[in-house]
Amino acid sequence: MNDHDTLGERLAQQGVSRRAFLKFCTAMASLMALPPGSANAIAEALIKAKRPSVIWLSFQECTGCTESLTRSYSPTLENMIFDMISLDYHHTLQAASGYGAEKSRQDAMENFFGKYLLVVDGSIPLKDNGIYSTIAGRTNLDLLQDVAKGAAAVIAVGTCAAFGGIPNAKPNPTGAVAVSNIIKDKPIINISGCPPIPAVITGVLAHYLTFGSLPELDELGRPKSYYGETIHDRCYRRPFYDQGKFAKSFDDEGARNGWCLFELGCKGPTTHNACATTKWNGGTSFPIESGHGCLGCSEPHFWDAGSFYSALSMPASPLKLATGGAVAGAAVGIGASVANRMKKNAAKSAHETSTIADLEK
Amino acid sequence: MDQELFLTWVRSTGLDIAVGIFVLGTLWRLIEIYTLGHKPDLAVPRHRTGASGLHTMFRRSVPPPGMFKRSAISYVGGYIFHIGLAIIVFLSAQHIKLIQGLTGLSWPNLPSQFIDATAVVTLATMLMVLVDRINNPVKRFLSTFADYGAWALTFLPVLTGYLATKHLLLPYTMMLALHILSVELLLVFLPFTKLMHVFTLWVSRWYNGDTNSRKGVPV
Amino acid sequence: MTASLDKGISVLKEMIDAPIASYFSSCVHCGLCAEACLFYTETGDPKYTPIHKLKPLRRVYQQEYTLLGRFAKMLGLSKPVTDSELEEWKPLVYDSCTLCGRCSMVCPVGNDIVYMVRRLREGMAISGHAPDGLIGASRRAVEIGSPMGVKLAAVQAQMKHVRQDTGIEIPLDAAGAEYMLIMSSMEIINFPEYLGAIARIMKQAGKSWTLCSEAFEATNSGIQIGVSDIARVLVQRIVDGAEKLKVKTVISPECGHAYTALRWEGPNLIGRPYTFDVLHILEVLDGFHKEGLFKTSGFEDERLTFHDPCQLVRRGGVFDEPRNLLKLVAKDFVEMSDAGKMNWCCGGGGGVSAIEEAEQLRLQAFKIKKSQLEQTGAKTLVTACANCRIVIEEGLEHYKMHIPVVGLTETLADHLVEGEKP
Repeated sequence: MNDHDTLGERLAQQGVSRRAFLKFCTAMASLMALPPGSANAIAEALIKAKRPSVIWLSFQECTGCTESLTRSYSPTLENMIFDMISLDYHHTLQAASGYGAEKSRQDAMENFFGKYLLVVDGSIPLKDNGIYSTIAGRTNLDLLQDVAKGAAAVIAVGTCAAFGGIPNAKPNPTGAVAVSNIIKDKPIINISGCPPIPAVITGVLAHYLTFGSLPELDELGRPKSYYGETIHDRCYRRPFYDQGKFAKSFDDEGARNGWCLFELGCKGPTTHNACATTKWNGGTSFPIESGHGCLGCSEPHFWDAGSFYSALSMPASPLKLATGGAVAGAAVGIGASVANRMKKNAAKSAHETSTIADLEK
Repeated sequence: MDQELFLTWVRSTGLDIAVGIFVLGTLWRLIEIYTLGHKPDLAVPRHRTGASGLHTMFRRSVPPPGMFKRSAISYVGGYIFHIGLAIIVFLSAQHIKLIQGLTGLSWPNLPSQFIDATAVVTLATMLMVLVDRINNPVKRFLSTFADYGAWALTFLPVLTGYLATKHLLLPYTMMLALHILSVELLLVFLPFTKLMHVFTLWVSRWYNGDTNSRKGVPV
Repeated sequence: MTASLDKGISVLKEMIDAPIASYFSSCVHCGLCAEACLFYTETGDPKYTPIHKLKPLRRVYQQEYTLLGRFAKMLGLSKPVTDSELEEWKPLVYDSCTLCGRCSMVCPVGNDIVYMVRRLREGMAISGHAPDGLIGASRRAVEIGSPMGVKLAAVQAQMKHVRQDTGIEIPLDAAGAEYMLIMSSMEIINFPEYLGAIARIMKQAGKSWTLCSEAFEATNSGIQIGVSDIARVLVQRIVDGAEKLKVKTVISPECGHAYTALRWEGPNLIGRPYTFDVLHILEVLDGFHKEGLFKTSGFEDERLTFHDPCQLVRRGGVFDEPRNLLKLVAKDFVEMSDAGKMNWCCGGGGGVSAIEEAEQLRLQAFKIKKSQLEQTGAKTLVTACANCRIVIEEGLEHYKMHIPVVGLTETLADHLVEGEKP
């Protein structure tokens, strides 16, 4: 089995029926909100697609993004991705290790220079020359800059790679930054989420393979077809928000009735992702459906946006200046009042009893 | 600065600064005003039930005889938008959560459709009172930049709040951030403008009622 | 001649207190005060808006008593109050304000605007910006004893008329009398029937009373021009007279400002409570009637209405007594619209009737009183203030309305049952 067969050859070898393949292409087309004929276009493109080389670099991450990807409910769908691409380097999934693994990477870079896809998960630490995360003795920063040179495009998977994620949260001791803070000369697509929905990764890859380009991105570099709307706008509990019916605490009557979780800290209104429609675990459920508010994990700085359990209308951090303000205000007021009293007393002492003569100049 | 960061800023630092200045300014102004003192009245008072400072604090909210027809729009407009503001600020779930976050107190909220309707009525009424301020010869004569500024400071929170909840004009995150910012501006300027009447009108009414009650005149 | 802007501003600084600061901080520029002021409603000119009349006072408050205002002043960013501004404000603070107090009744944020006008006048007067008519009245009041220049001789002449008409000898300087009566110049000169009426009622009621040779004038010009020191001198005369004669009650006559000046402002001017009571003649008469000390008989035929003198009713608290008494002698008594504490000013109080240059404005403002009167269909107007009486008479004449204006006390006396002892 040649790693760089066409996808069609590969699928045939794996015994995937044409019908199953077309079903997949239709699903992808509809997920990406493409027009009706696209399913065929996708099928035709994918059949002939030479499986591109993909180098996956994992930096300051928790491996959750990889876990999400591989935790697929319907093996046919997600595994197909691994058949659509040639995953030439991936810390968690590769069998090789040490020099062997590094050689795979270097070979792919040389052989497919300018054409391979670079997938990154995890943030990149910059503080103290990036010493906080190294692989094979090289800092993440160094590795990223090197591998990105020959990449056709960079796919930043997960909020850490896309925006900095949890390492970037206050006080950011490692100086963690996103891929886009370092790579400025390559197309970058941010697939944010902590972790992202597996189908989003699949969809982006399918798009790339079909059209040879990255899909339309929003101002944060995320594919609009998945991140174009907020959870709130697609949430099945929205009618309850609109009516003002809120769960006030976990497992209260409102919660059990499936009412809106705004008061319990749901960040749905400010979070762009496909959770409310595509859902998780093959469409089983998503946090709100399971009774917990959205954490806003596909948005930058979501770890620093106040408690997950504080509603959006509540302060994101405790107020510190109010007491000081009160003391200062009282002091200024008392100062003003002393000055006023002095002035009034002075005017009173300066008072000369007025007579008729004082009425005319 | 991206939207999310801006929103988090207004929800944390921005709010902190605004509340701090509001508390500082309000205490300063109240002390500055009321420590000027008031000489006691040495005349023997006349007592009449129903005449007192306390009575006037509340009774003055009712138009005095003959005044309503002279300026119905002042009363109708004034009542509607003040009551509208109170309903929106104190009875919408999102705001009750804010108050709970700041003070620990909470109470039941009104259905969102009711709040929405109230917001629309309040906005329309505020526009009407603005038009009246411009058209009515006395109001136009008296009004300064500060009056129009105070109107804008009060109008923008209602407008931006409505636009945010209805997902109009700008993306929600930015609209919500602007809404919170507009409230912070209102808080910062309140103690230094006529908006201070929120606090001082009660005492002014009390002084007025008290002075007149000593003569036995309920006002 | 020692008036100066500095002195005026200094006096304003003394006057500004917490209520004034609270009022200026509460004003929301709603303009409702204008709708209550007859000078605005009858002219349509927004400059007569009551709160606008206080603009110079507001600036003094801001520049002197607020931190922000003081900083602005230090940085040269604020507009100082000048002589020319105060001169410009003279007609607003004097000619177009009778201190009627209607504005204070309607302000939604509770501002007591008339309280502030009264205090602004202190600064206006001492800086030399009071109208000549009021300066003259004050001078005569202080130097002669009455703003209209009435001397004791004129009073004694009236006493003589009363003796001739009724046979009653009016006591003068009778120590130990229960009541001491003071009168307004207006009554002494224009409405002499008033003294006779009182004499007859007091005799019927069997009460001891007296006039005081050193303090017969009730009108307090100092209040009208707005100079507390002068007002104090005038009040002190009455207090000295009353205490010397050891009377129990001083009766304030049918005059509006006299009552407010003596009953309400007086103790604050002299810095101590009185050792005697102060009652308006109508309060006294109502009291007598309730005790059964006099009876009336017969009724006025014509339809009557009552004009509430501002200083007596709204500013004085004497609402019920006029009506109780009028109902004794009126069969067809109708109230004006807005009667009682919301009644409209005659337009001549607060010194306005003494300001010659204010006459045209006053007559224009009178239209509201005219319209109230027309609506009642009354044939006679009764009132309890000699100044209101003359102002209304002048107004009616100007508009060619022939309705007599009479005082309440004399109307009562016309129906007094004399001779019988209860």
